[in-house]
Amino acid sequence: MKAKMLTYTRQDSPVHRLTGATKLIIFAVWSVSAMITYDTRCLLLMLLFSLAVFRISRVRFQDYAFVLYFILLFFLLNHIAIFAFSPLEGTRIYGTRHDLLHLAGRYTLTAEQLFYQFNIALKYAVVIPMALLFLLTTDPSEFAASLNRVGVNYKIAYSVSLALRYIPDIQQDYENISFSAQARGIDISRKEKLPKRLKNIVSILLPLILTSIERIEKISTAMELRGFGTGRTRTWYRARPFTRSDYAALCLMVGISAAATIITFYDGSRFYSIF
Amino acid sequence: MSKTVIEFTDFTFKYRAQQEPTLHKINLKIHEGEKILIVGPSGSGKSTLAHCINGLIPFAYPGEISGTLTVKGTDTKELGIAGLSEVVGTVLQDPDGQFVGLTVGEDIAFSLENAAVPVREMHERVEAAARAVDIQELLTASPQELSGGQKQKTMLAGVLVSNVDVLLFDEPLASLDPYTGTGAIELIDRVQRETGNTVIIIEHRLEEVLHRPVDRIIVMNEGVIAADLPAAQLLSSPLLAESGLREPLYLTALKYAGCEITPEMNPQHLDGIRLETGAARLRAWYEASEVPQEAEAAPVLLELRDLTFGYDKQAPVLQGLSFSVRRGEMLCIAGRNGAGKSTVSKLICGFYRPSAGSILLNGRDLAADTIKERAEHIGFVMQNPNHMISMTLIYDEVALGLKLRGFAEEEIRGRVHKVLQICGLYEFREWPVSALSYGQKKRVTIASILVLEPEVLLLDEPTAGQDYRHYNEIMEFLRGLGSTGITVIMITHDMHLMLEYAERTIVLAEGRKLADARPEVILTDRDIVGSANLKETSLFALAVKAGLNQPVEFVRRFIEYDRGNRADES
Repeated sequence: MKAKMLTYTRQDSPVHRLTGATKLIIFAVWSVSAMITYDTRCLLLMLLFSLAVFRISRVRFQDYAFVLYFILLFFLLNHIAIFAFSPLEGTRIYGTRHDLLHLAGRYTLTAEQLFYQFNIALKYAVVIPMALLFLLTTDPSEFAASLNRVGVNYKIAYSVSLALRYIPDIQQDYENISFSAQARGIDISRKEKLPKRLKNIVSILLPLILTSIERIEKISTAMELRGFGTGRTRTWYRARPFTRSDYAALCLMVGISAAATIITFYDGSRFYSIF
Repeated sequence: MSKTVIEFTDFTFKYRAQQEPTLHKINLKIHEGEKILIVGPSGSGKSTLAHCINGLIPFAYPGEISGTLTVKGTDTKELGIAGLSEVVGTVLQDPDGQFVGLTVGEDIAFSLENAAVPVREMHERVEAAARAVDIQELLTASPQELSGGQKQKTMLAGVLVSNVDVLLFDEPLASLDPYTGTGAIELIDRVQRETGNTVIIIEHRLEEVLHRPVDRIIVMNEGVIAADLPAAQLLSSPLLAESGLREPLYLTALKYAGCEITPEMNPQHLDGIRLETGAARLRAWYEASEVPQEAEAAPVLLELRDLTFGYDKQAPVLQGLSFSVRRGEMLCIAGRNGAGKSTVSKLICGFYRPSAGSILLNGRDLAADTIKERAEHIGFVMQNPNHMISMTLIYDEVALGLKLRGFAEEEIRGRVHKVLQICGLYEFREWPVSALSYGQKKRVTIASILVLEPEVLLLDEPTAGQDYRHYNEIMEFLRGLGSTGITVIMITHDMHLMLEYAERTIVLAEGRKLADARPEVILTDRDIVGSANLKETSLFALAVKAGLNQPVEFVRRFIEYDRGNRADES
């Protein structure tokens, strides 16, 4: 029925035990570092590191399989697009040209292009495990508290938590509304022509929007009655104090990204060349 | 005399958008530790009164106020919603709308989080509050995993946790089944005795609330206090009927038998009631009452054969369900949450496909029919009318189904006008839907289905959230449809509805059919009542108490007689 996508499962591992805020910061720093560097040596080391962390977390393959396939599909499309639009990007960057195979017209496969695209593939491979880990090992209840901790206003942070709370309810509303619409003859399947279909979708969206507004009014009244938004700050039931391992993980991360940056820019260019 | 907690003095309130005040010169004192029940029909001002106490008025719903309202000696205008929320804890009607946390624990903690209570202290207080309502095992459960009763317990813990003085319940029974509702009333009673809080319950289901004693009942009608009496006095007076409220069924039965209700009888609870000559009178009435006629059996219209369905194979929602419905019959499907009630309706309409078994209409298998084709024979009315309405004008809304089926403009107009007349909406045909009340919207949705001239009308909780007057209106309307040959199937846990309008009730439990019998048989059978989260009807208990030999038959004759009375009134 429903594909289980990126749902948090309660497990015990060193990664799960880190606080949400730590994981959020690590994920952000890690992604930026991986985006900046084109240094193959750094990327390879970072890949090893992220795979090791992934292993430690013991998340199960079935929990992320669907999303992983989805990402791989985009990964592939991205590579085809890079080659299609800029087949000699590698040559431009590295300043040399070693032809391997002439394909057609302006499309020639060069060693530089292969190396360049290999680096891009590595970047993906470095970031994906961390992104998956952040989503799979952070309790949704901790999202809001983590955002608030890294400086986001608590009202905005709480709206993230509210969205997570009410998405299943709104999905249920949508199902009910679309059933009753279909029973009355509003067809939103492919059988209907596109303009008609769009019009029909609008007539389903109207009640959905109205019921959602009604829901929002109820929730905001309920929240106000329980004192939301009166203080300048608030505490979080699910907030956890930073432990020694949080500080250790953060230090390690800062160290790695600093090292990666230094190595990358040591010779003045962020592209590491083997040519 | 104990201290006054809440005091209204010459209090008048008018909503900004309205011409007339909703509350007129209210004078009311509520003392510390009292348990008050406020009853009244829809629009009587009882919810407005509650909103004044918790500060939603005037801070969230602005309007004009004259006179004063003080809570613990301070004028509410000076306190604000946040200030009031430290004194008055409100449990709203709809537990889903109020459940803001991702888990039970977070939701209970919500008000503490907002007050910036340190995390360690917060955990201790949440645990204590959860224990007080007996939900400590479920602190990490998400709202989707909870039953209605468990959600309500969470709500109650969520206000208890901030040590309020006053607990305000806005229609606590509205979204609960009868059994869970009884549990809620018992829980409120226990919590009040343990904490000594002042409790205010707003509710129109008098009989259910009186399951546990209250100190005073305040009757609201048309914005004024129509009565402020102890339960025994109120039930002995004609004030309830004058305000359009329903008295407990057992008292109606006693009145039919010619008994006068007096405060000395203890009429507020069946366990403590003193019948004396009443028993003999009931017996005499029973013997004199007519034996109800068996209705002629009409041909079978809809038949379910061995229906099985499940989202995953390990946990089927329905297992081998079979039943049949006759033409023109009024049928109820009952069962606790998760028993498979709404799944049955979704299978009949074709929203889901059964994994085994078949559904037959007039002997023809519906398996190959699409949702749209089935809808021409079987109309489905959802519980929430806002889920169904997609046009802005009433006429367009009702005409939509016909337009989409490509009927000629002339024919559409004729059919829509006819249906609007049947539903009593003809005068409003050019109105926007948004100008209607909830009950009228419900009728618009019924009209938009009836216009397709279905043979079967399937309704999910047709009377949810309606007061006695509107309940009567909708149900008499549906009964009128029944007599024109339309088959009406209702999914409900409203016992009054079942008893008074259904010819037959099917009870589901864990995806199987548990019973299929006349409602009075069902509602007097302890085992069935227990496994379907229903409650034994008080009529049965009365008959037993009066020593009648055939209590089930007594219930049946009462309903038959009462139906006659009701039809005469309307």
